[in-house]
Amino acid sequence: MATVYIPEPLQPLSRGETQVTIEATTVRQIIARLEALYPGMEDALVEDGDLKPHIAVAVDGEVSILGVVEPVRADSEVHFIPALGGGSMAR
Amino acid sequence: MSVSQVTPVIEAPESLTQEYQVIGTRPIRPDGTDKVTGRAQYGADVRLTGLLYGKILRSPHAHARIKAIDISRALAYPGVKAVITSAELPQPSGKVTDLGEGAMINPRFMSNNCMAKDKVLYKGHAVAAVAAASWHVAEEAIALIEVDYEVLPAVMTAQEAMRPDAPILHERLMSLENPNIRPGGLREEDDPGKGSNIANHFVFEVGDVAQGFREAEVIVEREFHTAAVHQGYIEPHSATALWNADGSLIIWCSSQGHFAIREQTARTLGLPVSKVKVIPMEIGGGFGAKTLIYLEPVAALLSKKTGRPVKLAMNRTEVFQGTGPTSGTHTRVKIGAKKDGRITAADATLIYEAGAFPGSPVNPGSQCMLAPYDIPNARVEGYDIVVNRPKSAAYRAPGAPAAAFASESVIDELAEKLGMDPLEFRLLNGAKEGTRRVTGLRLPRIGYLETLEAAKAHPHYSTPLEGANRGRGVATGYWHNNTGPASATVSVNPDGTVILVEGSVDIGGSRAAAAMHVAEVLGLAYDEVKPMIGDTESVGFTSQTGGSSATFKTGWACYEAATDVKRQMIERAAKIWEVDAADVEYERGVLTYTKNPELRMAFKDLARRLNATGGPIVGRANVAPRGAGPGFAVHIVDVEVDPDTGKTQILRYTALQDAGKAIHPSYVEGQIQGGAVQGIGWALNEEYVFNDKGEMLNSSFLDYRMPTSLDLPMIDTVIVEVPNPGHPFGLRGVGEVSIVPPMAAIANAIYRATGVRMRQLPMSPAKVVEALSGQPGN
Repeated sequence: MATVYIPEPLQPLSRGETQVTIEATTVRQIIARLEALYPGMEDALVEDGDLKPHIAVAVDGEVSILGVVEPVRADSEVHFIPALGGGSMAR
Repeated sequence: MSVSQVTPVIEAPESLTQEYQVIGTRPIRPDGTDKVTGRAQYGADVRLTGLLYGKILRSPHAHARIKAIDISRALAYPGVKAVITSAELPQPSGKVTDLGEGAMINPRFMSNNCMAKDKVLYKGHAVAAVAAASWHVAEEAIALIEVDYEVLPAVMTAQEAMRPDAPILHERLMSLENPNIRPGGLREEDDPGKGSNIANHFVFEVGDVAQGFREAEVIVEREFHTAAVHQGYIEPHSATALWNADGSLIIWCSSQGHFAIREQTARTLGLPVSKVKVIPMEIGGGFGAKTLIYLEPVAALLSKKTGRPVKLAMNRTEVFQGTGPTSGTHTRVKIGAKKDGRITAADATLIYEAGAFPGSPVNPGSQCMLAPYDIPNARVEGYDIVVNRPKSAAYRAPGAPAAAFASESVIDELAEKLGMDPLEFRLLNGAKEGTRRVTGLRLPRIGYLETLEAAKAHPHYSTPLEGANRGRGVATGYWHNNTGPASATVSVNPDGTVILVEGSVDIGGSRAAAAMHVAEVLGLAYDEVKPMIGDTESVGFTSQTGGSSATFKTGWACYEAATDVKRQMIERAAKIWEVDAADVEYERGVLTYTKNPELRMAFKDLARRLNATGGPIVGRANVAPRGAGPGFAVHIVDVEVDPDTGKTQILRYTALQDAGKAIHPSYVEGQIQGGAVQGIGWALNEEYVFNDKGEMLNSSFLDYRMPTSLDLPMIDTVIVEVPNPGHPFGLRGVGEVSIVPPMAAIANAIYRATGVRMRQLPMSPAKVVEALSGQPGN
């Protein structure tokens, strides 16, 4: 099963868990499983079906350019990290 | 189906198992003749019937509110055809958006950087633009535009901007706290609270940093400062636009990615991308800075108003004052080690000045800083700060050079305190496959240790350096190398040559490297492949030439497109021979029926028969490959410091770099040399100098001193080849990591020459003299 690392700001949702193993073949499935385990995760990570613009996902050490459709292997490591860029306005 | 699958997967790179015919050779570049004879068409070379010439009025103030703009006198000036202000630009959403390029863009900020809306945020900020019958008329007309400013106090440094009572650049800026999870500080229009100049703040952490420092027996903690520097590309920005009567828009410009320019321009103007066509011109240098729009939407609106094509071109002063340099930075680094040399912990804070709008490269700087080392306990904190300077833009390994200046200086000092050779210290602690970085991500197969070993074995490192005031320094660097979507087509000509159309703008020889991929796969000679770069309507989407990604991703696309041609050629030969395609082999440009090897046909012979045997063959590929292997560099430099003048002379310079597999070694060497030279300029001379009003005082190449060939020795290069398992030929991106080590290497060399550690860039003669005399300020 893939190992998913829960970043510190999301750990309140995961009740302090720092990592969790999940059976999935894509990042989208991982997020769905995280949401089932820890409600609120999907809202924190996803917007309009894709990762939020300021969030990137790294699978097996490499930041993905495919986002939620990135394939995940049984022994993969998955990290959610800040995307490049930044700065927003209220609207 | 001839289109390759997204995310191609290979079992093992051919580089591990094969000898090449074309890969690794040094053919001349296909664009070389046009460039040396002056025929190559750069951005400003576009000439169209009825062309008008545009000029931009720029702010004389670093920070001011625009109370009113009167364009009436300019409009009435003979020869003037149109005048625009930001009132003509739609104001897109201020919400961060992914334009499909990987990097996040705030469309409102992007638009407001092209033309100021309510406030000017740096001297040189565009305020209005004129289209006229000639450059001279346009220049005279902008002087007639009257702008009523309310001048505001300018905030020029991150330290000033972070003070609680600092003037605020963007009243409604959201400070992003840990942006990986949630935007913080959301400010609505009715929020009475005070804004912030802190655009972004984040932390990466692995292990137990406090415990790591408790275990350390030697700790070094220092602060470093670097000045903003410009990329210094030779070709200034320009854009020519034609807004057609049917509502479509054509733009000619040089950039690092015409698809990105299309996306940004369309977003800024509120157009669908299908209405915008961008034609890439040759580019005279970009180094990361030509990834953004400045002139394109302005030229487009002037064309829309006049019904004629309009060209805008910056002069050098406009380039300095109106486009992005890299960030000025302020960094604190603390690293601890055991007496046996093992690093136990590291802690760093990076504060980068983004310029007038958010988006400094503090994030990649933070990710790259400690990557060369296996550090079990590490923490890096980053701040992105807006200040009244031009909006920063990417510059070769964005963020990493300033970060490495700090970390590699501390590493050198730590090695010295431990009594260890600086390369041995790095070898002991060097990252390798599987090492977990501060981001938590593990490194794939890398060549850092091999590059360190090559440096240690190099004659430069063992040759005694004699003479007074001389010293030798070393430093290393990491850049993660990017990837992205890319497309290519390969069309077979009846004479047996092929046309390659790809989508990566060619800055450093990627066009030749792309052709070499095709030639290698098809078993053709290099000059039998004619490469060209398609416009946004002639080739599939291809992400920008940036992040050292072009040869990797477009090389992948070319490999796949050529493989597609190969497959179709096999099928066609089988059809002609009336045999099963599974029994036809393709080897180095010759097709053979394996059950009767006398049945053979050369690529050229089959190419001649295509139209009569089923029609033309076109190979296509669109890819989004993983596996861009990270790059590492190790630099060795000898300097001599004049203790009276403070001038540092580079005596000898050797740059070693892991290229995975060098597709075209000459271009790899050129990239290594170019990065080293830019790093030397950054280290010793270059800086934006502002007065107390926020006016840049050195906005010409006379006063902004970049190194020339007269200042430097030959930059010796060593290509280390540790194949990247993520590419069919094993290549890694090579364009950026060479600029990461020079500043620290030179600072370490100056220390050994003088006994003084420089912790501020540039290490200009005045600063060195100041440091040698023990005066404060360094």
